Amino acid sequence: MTRSLAAGDVLPERAFGPLTRTDFVRYQGASGDFNPIHHDEGFAQSAGFPTVFSVGMLQAGLLATYCTDQFGPENVRRFKVQFREQVWPDDVLTCRATVARVEDGLVHLDLVVTRQTGGTAVVGEASFSVSSVVGD
Amino acid sequence: MAVERGKVREFARATKSDAAEYLEDPQPPIPPTFLTTSTFWQPPEAAELWRVIDIDLRRLLHGEQEYVFPDGPPRAGMQLTAQTRVESVFEKEGKRGGAMTFVVTVTDFIDPDGTLVAQARSTAIETGRAPA
Repeated sequence: MTRSLAAGDVLPERAFGPLTRTDFVRYQGASGDFNPIHHDEGFAQSAGFPTVFSVGMLQAGLLATYCTDQFGPENVRRFKVQFREQVWPDDVLTCRATVARVEDGLVHLDLVVTRQTGGTAVVGEASFSVSSVVGD
Repeated sequence: MAVERGKVREFARATKSDAAEYLEDPQPPIPPTFLTTSTFWQPPEAAELWRVIDIDLRRLLHGEQEYVFPDGPPRAGMQLTAQTRVESVFEKEGKRGGAMTFVVTVTDFIDPDGTLVAQARSTAIETGRAPA
């Protein structure tokens, strides 16, 4: 695949969801984070929440999947997320990336995950090696 | 920690990836956030960190998470040693009043040759502490 990337390029977006409680539990099992606030309804309510909510690192992982599916799993060099709004059952998350700059064989991306409400769940940055993608 | 193929596959599926590189390769690269699974390999006393620096887990939020792979992601079959240190602890005034405490930890993932193959930086936030 040959593609040229330039600062300001907006990459195709991708939606995940609606997310289910099973998605949360599956991620918790895979990751080892068993905080009950993400799967135990009674626990979440006793902590003052209306129901269980997603694991931040699940949103981060979905954003990572969005990136690796475009640039290749072996090409990741840096991936950073900052958590904003919580994510709830039935949420649909949309991942978007903009090219911040391309230099020294790396593409640097600005990333955002939004909820169906328009609220921002995650913002992030990533760097991928594109020397094998772009050629030269 | 041992980077295991089955664990990589499980993690890739849980984060909704169906990339052949993760699911079919006998020595797949790890997904970008996979090293969060190092908690499975932590000794029980690792949880002591939060007590030692006097953080209340019930008010702890995950603020930021970063992974850096200087030469690309490690692959299944590799044996890594993880070492975590507290990089900084600082306070900021919360928007709704009350001081928030930020704790930045850094984990180095080292291969058997002593090469740094990955570094994780995590920012945890302890929200407003009730007056003593």
